[in-house]
This record gives sequence, structure tokens and C-alpha cells, in this order.
Amino acid sequence: MEKSAPNRAAGEKAFDTAIYIIASVILAIVLYPLVFIVSASFSDPGEVVAGHMWLWPKGWSVQSYKLVFENGDVWRGYLNTIVYAVVGVCVNLVMTVLAAYPLSRQDLPGRNVFMFGYVFTMFFSGGLIPTYLVVRDLGLVNTMWALIVPTAIATFNLIIMRTFFQTIPVELQESASMDGCTNGRLLLSVVLPLSKPILAVMLLYYGVAHWNSFFNALIYLNDHDKYPLQLILREILIQNQATADLNDPNFADRIMMAESIKYALIVVASIPVLLLYPFVQRYFVQGVMIGAIKG
Amino acid sequence: MRYAKRTETAVARSSGSALWRRMSTRYDLYLMLLLPTAYYLIFQYAPMYGMQIAFKNFIAAKGIGGSPWVGLDQFTQFFDSYYFWRLIRNTLSISVFSLIFAFPVPILLALLINEIGSSRFKRWVQNVTYIPHFISLVVVVGMLGIFLDGDHGFVNQLLKEAGLPAVSFLQSPGWFKPILILSNIWQTMGFSSIIYIAALSGIDPAQYEAAMIDGASRLQRVRHVSLPGILPTMTILFILEIGHLMNVGFEKILLMQNQLNMESSDVIATFVYRVGIQQAQYSYTAAVGLFNAVINFILLIAVNWAARRRGGASLW
Repeated sequence: MEKSAPNRAAGEKAFDTAIYIIASVILAIVLYPLVFIVSASFSDPGEVVAGHMWLWPKGWSVQSYKLVFENGDVWRGYLNTIVYAVVGVCVNLVMTVLAAYPLSRQDLPGRNVFMFGYVFTMFFSGGLIPTYLVVRDLGLVNTMWALIVPTAIATFNLIIMRTFFQTIPVELQESASMDGCTNGRLLLSVVLPLSKPILAVMLLYYGVAHWNSFFNALIYLNDHDKYPLQLILREILIQNQATADLNDPNFADRIMMAESIKYALIVVASIPVLLLYPFVQRYFVQGVMIGAIKG
Repeated sequence: MRYAKRTETAVARSSGSALWRRMSTRYDLYLMLLLPTAYYLIFQYAPMYGMQIAFKNFIAAKGIGGSPWVGLDQFTQFFDSYYFWRLIRNTLSISVFSLIFAFPVPILLALLINEIGSSRFKRWVQNVTYIPHFISLVVVVGMLGIFLDGDHGFVNQLLKEAGLPAVSFLQSPGWFKPILILSNIWQTMGFSSIIYIAALSGIDPAQYEAAMIDGASRLQRVRHVSLPGILPTMTILFILEIGHLMNVGFEKILLMQNQLNMESSDVIATFVYRVGIQQAQYSYTAAVGLFNAVINFILLIAVNWAARRRGGASLW
């Protein structure tokens, strides 16, 4: 039975209103903690600890940022992470392209054998201890390579990239190879220039993974000097070890500083990734969606 | 090339030397696969070979191959240990609760986003809900520490205003799992919804029009057009999820773990880390890890088999 037209329009309207209300609530839930952290980092620590700050900064202060920048561990961790992430992402991109391109070629005999061998590891793996022993036996422990080589390819990203390569028209590659182009040239001068969206998305994925990872550093690195930012963050944010770094004679102030440094630290540590995100975000539809649907 | 491929296949069938020619003219593609294959052999397959220490008493000086076999001793030691049931209970309950509460959220979010009329607002909701995905686990757990702090945390301030007693959330075993799962939802719902939004955008608009002509309301269209449209995607992701049932996001659990909440936060993976890496009991924890991996693999195959039998989407 069909409802009468005005009745239905009213129903549509109520439905729309409900959608907007729910969506706004979700926006608020996601954003509130983030805004709170940023506001708290610019507030007077006393106001924050006393619970007087609810949304916008109260008693403007950049004191906690000064504390963060005076902290030697944070600086060293930051630099270490930049080095690990830059080298790591280069290795990731080269290795993933090298694997994804040949596997995207329908005319390559045996490609399914390789693909199966790679993808199988997504569902069954040796596990933490045997992997640790391999890395240790290769002498990578306590070097930056322990954070880069064992994670050189993420199979999931490989699948996305291969799927993207498969969407590049075969005719393009065919005409190039008729002009006497080798497969290496074909990859460099035809395929890769057409793959900027997926390369951007991969840059983001791998970059974020390196920037945010802490576990491999935790198990493979021994020297505090080599710790990446996330391990330093863990000490200050979760294990509350910042108190010892601050030589304030007043204990209450010290506690307050230890608390307020956390907000600024979170902002400083998350900024690079959040700045990268908007640049890459517009490639999402082209890059990820294609990979997501067909992969 | 498609044409070329077809003729080449025909030729290949007629003689082995044609296949050889087909492979040798593409030798450079195989060269490209050299490094990636070496990576997989060394960092994925060598550890699988190394798994045999689960059945051995690993002695570093003798190496993996030379250490003496002990059969299933490591496994029986684990099954008989005081920790066994605690680890199983925590690991399973965290995964099952995640499946029940966290798995549907991105689906609902995608359906919601799909219904937003204004494309500007739609993009806003999408881009904002993606943000937490890019924040590190250390920071998220640090934020939990800030907001849930026993004295001056945001939540306890609220409780105080309401005249309720303060709760030390992060030190209590009872609160561990709800906090873990809720914060996971906060962090992952947006990004996980991308794949469903992609699937929704692939639904033929004609289906919605047909439903409208039949007098379906908006909600009915969501239920009878949108939902069936993303069912294959849901099935695939559900199978993948089951295949990782025993791999709870242990890195975050490790960060949230402390002496006081151990009763409900100790899972198989954190146990392997603590006893294996920190106490160097390699064989014992390799056995625990293998037990975990085998259960996962069996679950994956079973669920995929069930999905195939029902004629729905499946992994293979």
C-alpha cells in the first residue's frame, strides 16, 4: 500500500533530521577528545588539572611546549623516528612496487604461484618468537634495520597496489612494449607515472605505520639513544617518567608540569601525520576504493 | 596484449619450449620478484621453519635444527599451567566482544554516511571520523590515561559533579575490556567504514529507484537495498575477522596492561611477549604462539567453508 504523498514527505524529513542529529553526535564524540587535548596543551596547567578547562584554552600558556622542546629525549626520539620512517618508507615503496608490478601482469607465467606464496603469510605466520630469532640471528638486533627490513612489505598493501596496476589499460603497456620498451622501462616511464594516487596512499599508509609503531622498537632496540619517538612517548605518557626530568623544587608544580607536558607532547607527536593526511586524502577515492572493491 | 596472450597460451599448450620462451622474454619481471621473494622467504617462511622449536628444547648454541626434540612437552606444560584458562578466557572474550560490539559499527556508520544528503557535510563526517585512525596507539592509550585518571581525569570530574564516587578505570580489571573495545571503536570506526562506503557507492541507483516506485520508505530502502548490497563485503570482512580471532590487538593491550588489571588484560600474545622475549623461554612461548596460530587458521578455514556452502561470498 502506498502512503499518501504529504505523509511520506514528512517521514522523509524526520528521517533526514534523525540522520543529521546522529551524524553530529558522532562528529562530537570523535572530535571532543582531540579538541580537548589541543586546548589543554595551550592552557595554564593549573586550570587543566583543576578541571576548569572544558573545551577552549583557559589561561593561555605555551609553557608545556617549552618543556617538550627542552626535553632531550623527545628531540632524539623525534629525529630517530624521522630517519626510520624516511628510510623505511623508501624500502617499503621499492619492495612493494617490485612485487606488485610483475604480479599484475596477466602474461607472466607462474604469477599465481608467487601470489599464493605471498598471500598465504597473511593467514599463517611463524609468530613472534621464531621471527624474533630470525632477526636476532641476522644480527639486526639493536640496529635501525630491525625496524625496517622485517616489515619491508605489508601484504595487504601489496594487494591494493597490484589491483591498482591491473586497472591500467593493457593497451597502453602493449603499445609501449611494441616500441621496444623493456619491462623495467615500462614500469618506470609508463606505469609508475600513472600510479601517483596509489603511491601517495601507500606513502601515507607506510609512513603512518612507521611513525606510529613501537612494538618492534620495544623488542629489537636496547639503547635508549636509538629509541623512536613512540617509545619516548610511552615512557612519558603511560609510564609517567617525566616527573624525574623536571627539577622544580615545588612538588605540586612538578606533578602539574608532568601532566601538562603530556598534552603538548601528544600534539607535537601527532602533527606530522595529521599534516600529511589532508594532502593524501584526495587520493583516497581513486587509490583505496579501487583496491578495496576489487581486492 | 590480451589478444597476444590468448595466442601465446595456445602455443604454450602445444609445446613446452614456447612456455620457456614466454618466461625467458620476461626474465626481467622475475628479476623484479627476486628481492620481494627473498623477503618473504627470510622473514615469513624462515620463521615458519623455526616454529619447530615448539617441539624442541631450544638451545641457542645448537641452533634450531640441532636442539633436541621433546615432542609435545611444551604444549602440555602450557595446557597444565595456571595461566592457560585465564589467557584463553581473556583472549576469546575480547575477540568475541569486539565482534559483537565493534564489527557492526563501521557498517552502521557507512549506512548513515550514505544517507546524508548534503555532500559537504558527508565529506566532513567522513574526513573527521578517519582522523583517529592516524593517531598512534601510544597516544591513544596516553589519552585514555589523561581522560580516565582517577583524580583529575575528565570522566572522574564529571562523576564528581554528579555526586558519584571516583573510579580508577585503568587499574580495575572490570573496566579493562569495555575501555579497550570502546576506544577501539572510537579509533577505527571511520577508517573501517571506507570499504563499506565504497561498496555502497557501487550499488546500482536503479535499484533504489525501483524500491521508491514500490513505495519503500528511506529506512526500508536502507534495509532492503543498501544492506543486501554490502552483504558480500560484510561476509568477507567477517571471515577475515574470524581468521584473526585469537590475534586480539595485543599491542594496545600491552600498553594498557598493568599489575592491577592483569587478571583481565593478560592475553596469549602479551604472555608470549612477557615470557618469550623478556624471560627468553623461546621454545615454550613458540609452542604457545603455534597453538594460537593453528586455532586461527582452523577457524579461518571453517568459516570460509561455511560461507562457501551457504553460497555467499568467500575468500577462496
